Amino acid sequence: MVEKKLVSLRQMYSGQSGRVRQIDGGMGMVNRLNSLGIRPGKKITKVSSMLMRGPVTVQLDSTRLAIGFGMAHKIIVELEQ
Amino acid sequence: MACHGTEKNVRKRRGKKGGLKQVLLMGNPNVGKSVVFSRLTGVRVIASNYPGTTVGYTRGYMKLGDETAEVIDVPGTYGLEPTCEAEEIALQMLATGDVVINVVDATNLERNLNLTLQLLEKGVPMVVALNMWDDVAHRGISIDLKRLEELLGVPVIPTVAVTGQGVKELVESIPAASAPRLPARSHDERWQAIGSIVEQVQQVTHRHHTWLERLEDASVRPFTGIIIAAVVLVGMFLGIRFVGESLITYVLDPLFEHLWTPVILFFSSLMGGSGVIHDVLLGNTIVGQVDYVESFGLLTTGLYVPFAMVLPYIISFYLVLGLLEDVGYLPRLAVLMDTIMHRLGLHGYAIIPTLLGLGCNVPAVLATRILESKRERFIAATLISIAVPCAALQAMVFGLVGERGLQYVAIVYGTLFFVWIILGFILNRMVKGFSPELLIEIPPYRMPPWRTVLQKLWFRINGFLREAIPIILGAILVINILYALGVFNAIADFTAPVVTGLLGLPKEAVVALAIGFLRKDVAVGMLAPLALTSGQLVVGSVVLAMFFPCIATFVVLFRELGLAGLLKASAVMIVVSLAVGGLLNLIL
Repeated sequence: MVEKKLVSLRQMYSGQSGRVRQIDGGMGMVNRLNSLGIRPGKKITKVSSMLMRGPVTVQLDSTRLAIGFGMAHKIIVELEQ
Repeated sequence: MACHGTEKNVRKRRGKKGGLKQVLLMGNPNVGKSVVFSRLTGVRVIASNYPGTTVGYTRGYMKLGDETAEVIDVPGTYGLEPTCEAEEIALQMLATGDVVINVVDATNLERNLNLTLQLLEKGVPMVVALNMWDDVAHRGISIDLKRLEELLGVPVIPTVAVTGQGVKELVESIPAASAPRLPARSHDERWQAIGSIVEQVQQVTHRHHTWLERLEDASVRPFTGIIIAAVVLVGMFLGIRFVGESLITYVLDPLFEHLWTPVILFFSSLMGGSGVIHDVLLGNTIVGQVDYVESFGLLTTGLYVPFAMVLPYIISFYLVLGLLEDVGYLPRLAVLMDTIMHRLGLHGYAIIPTLLGLGCNVPAVLATRILESKRERFIAATLISIAVPCAALQAMVFGLVGERGLQYVAIVYGTLFFVWIILGFILNRMVKGFSPELLIEIPPYRMPPWRTVLQKLWFRINGFLREAIPIILGAILVINILYALGVFNAIADFTAPVVTGLLGLPKEAVVALAIGFLRKDVAVGMLAPLALTSGQLVVGSVVLAMFFPCIATFVVLFRELGLAGLLKASAVMIVVSLAVGGLLNLIL
C-alpha cells in the first residue's frame, strides 16, 4: 500500500495537487463549498496563497476559486504521490 | 427585514403582471446571463466579468410566438440553498417563473450542472443555454450536445451571447421547454449523477498554458500580484485623469467659451444686465465675461458644472472601470486585498462595491448585496457613504481644490483614505458579529468585448444625465430662491458656532453643507464664491465628502440597511465628519 499524505489546503505548496478528503467545517460551510464543486473526492490543485493569512487560490477543472485562510485550513487534501 | 421587503416586491410585481408568461434567466454567477438578457429583450443592463454583477432583478419583454413574455435577469446562484441576499432573491424568483432558461458556462460544465440538476428537481420547464460555446474549443474541451440533451431531458442550445450566436435558436426552443422533474437528491447522489453525465458527454484534451493564463496566475501570487495591482491602480488613476482632463481642456471648455459665452452675454445685455430673473438664469457675476463656476445661474453654473466639470470625469471613470470589470481583474484585487479588508471587518470582495463607490455611491451600496452577512453589509455601506467620494464630488475637488495645488488634492484623498481605514478598524471592533470568509470564483481574463464596454459606458452616462442634471438644476434654482428670500442668512447665524467655531469656515458655508444633501458637486461648487483659503477649501471638501450622503444614497441606505441601520450610519457620519473636519481645521 502506498502511504497517503493528508494536509490542509493551507499547508499544501503552490503547484501541488491532490484529492479533497474531508471538510472539517459546519453544515453551512460544507454546503457552500459543495455548491462550488469542492467536495470529498474532487481533484484540486493549489495555485497560490497570499502572505499574512491571505486567501488560497485553487483550481478545480477549469474553475479557479479563492478561499479564505481559515476555510482553507479546514479543507483536508490527500496529496498525489 | 431585507428579506421581507424583497418577498413583498416579488408578490406585488406578480400581481401587477399576472397575465404574462414569465421567463427566468438563471445560472451560476458570471456565466453571461445579463448578456443573454440584453440579447433577448433589447434592454440594456450592466454586464461585467465578475461574479455578482447583477444583485437585483431586471425585467424586460420579448416576443414568444405571438405573445409577449416577461423575461427576468435573476442574480447568479451556485445552488438553491441561498448563502447571500442576491442568491435569496434568485430563489424567490423561481417560485413565480413559468419557464427557466438555465444559462450554463460550457467551459465549466461539471460545476454548472449542479444547479441545472437542482432546477430540474424543482420541476420547472427548462431549456439550457450552453454559453461561451466559442471558448470551449480554445480550452481543449469537446461536448456531445445530443447526448447531453438526452441525459438532461431538456433542449440544450449552444450560444455565444456576446456575439449573439445561438440566441435565435434559444428563443425558438423555449416552447419545447420540458420538465422531466428529477427526484430530489442528496449532495452526494447529485454529484454522482453529474459525474456520470460529464463522463459521457465531455472530453478534455490537455494543452499548454497560454500567456493569458500565466498572467492570471501571476496576479494572485503575492509578489507579482502586488506589482500588477500597483500598475493597474496607478494606470487606472492616470488613465482617468488623462481622459477627463483632455475632455475638459480640448472639448468642453472650448465649447462653452466659444459657443455658449456669446449666447449668455447676448441674453444678459438683452435683460439689462441685472434683475431677479437675470440673476436666477444667468447668475450675478457677469461683467463682460462669464464666470461659470461662481455665477450660480441656471444657464451658466447649472450647465457648466454637470457638463464641463463632472461629465468628463464620469465618462473617463466609467470607461476605465468598465475595462477593468470586463477584463476580469476585480476579483483578483479582492484576493490581494483580503487580509487588509479583514481588519476592517470585511473580506476582499468588499473592494468591488468600494471601487464602484468611486463612481457613484448608489450602485455601490446596492452592490454590497454580494457580501454574505448583515454586519459586513452595514460596515461596507457605512464606509462607502462616508469615506468613498463619488466621481461627481471628485471632479469638483480636482477642478476647485486642484487650482490651489495638487498637494491640497492629496490632503483630501489622504484624509479620506485614512478615515476609511481607521473607521473600518473601529466599526470592526464595535459592531457585533463575525466576518465570513472570502470564497469567490475567479473568472478567467477575457479580452473586453468593445460592444459591451461601450454599451455599459453609455448606460452609465445616460443614468448620470437623466438622474443628476434635473437635480443639479433644481438645486441651483432652490439656492437662488432661498438666497433671494434671505433664508440662508438665518440658518447661517444659527449654525455659526459649529461651522465657524469648529470647522473654521465662514458661516455661509453651511449653505453648501445643506445643499450637499441634494448634490455633492453643486455643494463643492458653492464653496467657490466664498473666497476661502486653501486650508478652508480642503476642510470644506472633506466635510462635504463625509457628511450626509446625497439624498439618492440616503434612500438606498434606508432600503438596504433598514431604518435602524440608516440611523446608526448617519450618527457615525455626523460624529466622524465633524471630528475629522475640526481636526483638519486645527492642523491646516
